[in-house]
Amino acid sequence: MSKVRVLVGTRKGAFVLTSDGKREKWDISGPHFAGWEIYHLKGSPVDPNRIYLSQSSGWHGQLVQRSNDGGQTWETVGNKFVYDGVPGTHQWYDGKPHPWEFKRVWHMEPSLKDADTVYAGVEDAALFRSTDGGKEWQELPGLRGHGTGPRWQPGAGGMCLHTIVQDPTNPGRMYIAISAAGAFRTDDGGANWRPINKGLHSEYIPEPTAEVGHCVHRIAMHGSRPNTLFMQKHWDVMRTDNAGDSWQEVSGNLPTDFGFVIDVHAHEPETIYVVPIKSDAFHFPLDGQLRVYRSRTGGNEWEPLTKGLPQSDCYVNVLRDAMAVDSLDKCGVYFGTTGGQVYASADAGDSWNPIVRDLPSVLSVEVQTLA
Amino acid sequence: MIRVVLPQHLRTLARVGSEVNIDVPGQVTQRSVIDALVAVYPMLGGTIRDYATDERRPFLRFFACAEDLSHESPDAPLPDAVASGAEPFIILGAIAGG
Repeated sequence: MSKVRVLVGTRKGAFVLTSDGKREKWDISGPHFAGWEIYHLKGSPVDPNRIYLSQSSGWHGQLVQRSNDGGQTWETVGNKFVYDGVPGTHQWYDGKPHPWEFKRVWHMEPSLKDADTVYAGVEDAALFRSTDGGKEWQELPGLRGHGTGPRWQPGAGGMCLHTIVQDPTNPGRMYIAISAAGAFRTDDGGANWRPINKGLHSEYIPEPTAEVGHCVHRIAMHGSRPNTLFMQKHWDVMRTDNAGDSWQEVSGNLPTDFGFVIDVHAHEPETIYVVPIKSDAFHFPLDGQLRVYRSRTGGNEWEPLTKGLPQSDCYVNVLRDAMAVDSLDKCGVYFGTTGGQVYASADAGDSWNPIVRDLPSVLSVEVQTLA
Repeated sequence: MIRVVLPQHLRTLARVGSEVNIDVPGQVTQRSVIDALVAVYPMLGGTIRDYATDERRPFLRFFACAEDLSHESPDAPLPDAVASGAEPFIILGAIAGG
């Protein structure tokens, strides 16, 4: 029988939640690395027991952990993230040049092809890769070096590379997103990059349609349609059907189009999920009601999903890496909140239940569907 | 043997008790002590000194013999009592936040 493993990163440790395919009863393991910020952990699609984890603290900096047994035991691997060559400068909040300084790993993205290859998206924004299971890390310098890097500027959460999306049909193609620089694509395995932000409109920057400078919060793709991407921008939900060459807004009837997460149904590539947040000034849901919105039309037409979610006095946030889907039938959808709840839906969002209610603030949620 | 006292999270990371004993070849300085410590416990690499700058992480402090040595040169000799093993070299997490 199928099994589901939910990997949860929080402000104070990692948790591993497991259930059978019914997704009704859950075993909770953790906290792993108690007291540390776990920005993200994710399993390899090649070897699901291989999990990479980003562990950090203001006192001790960045560590990377690797598990070879599905999160039961962990091994400290390499944590030397050194920018290639002279790091150069990006823009600071005041618009002045500021040197690139490594702060932490926001996102671990294991390769689709090789369990020992993993990508790390870091702050200050850059992309690193390890090909030996996380022991050694090398920057892919073509991203920062393609020309627009000096114009990148941090968002409120820092200048982080937080999203890495691999094209399953084209090994050379990968997408990344940076707050607040925008989205970028490589077609040659990471050697060369270009901004893919045409069609984005951000009123809060000096030039609203600039080539870079957009605060992209998250990008999602369905593996069967690798040229179609969905984006939750700071404001606006967007889609592209030409691999990012141009974007169209699909916010439609959302009550607010500010938010962080976005994800795609495992079996329906035009069914997408977002969690609208009141605004960038509030960072909590509208009217104290936690609602997931689902579109079955690839955007524009949205329906609120509320069954099982708090519909009064709820003032949590759902951060950019804190939503994931499983590949069971029916598709499971999961998200975590800054209030420490992890909600799960075993029916594609029609109804929700909290798996756990009182974890530390949730930073990330990933799901593995196990045979 | 040089005695080194580690903060809580580094003890857990290195799977040791509050104090470890290490051999330090040559002159006993902050740099040589930490180099020797990381050589024995490689998982501590980068957690005491920043990799990029090789400087003490800002929220850590170094103490010995009731003195704050945090702002001493990393290559200055540590007190004789540390070099002899009579007193520990203490790596302390600064109290910060709320």
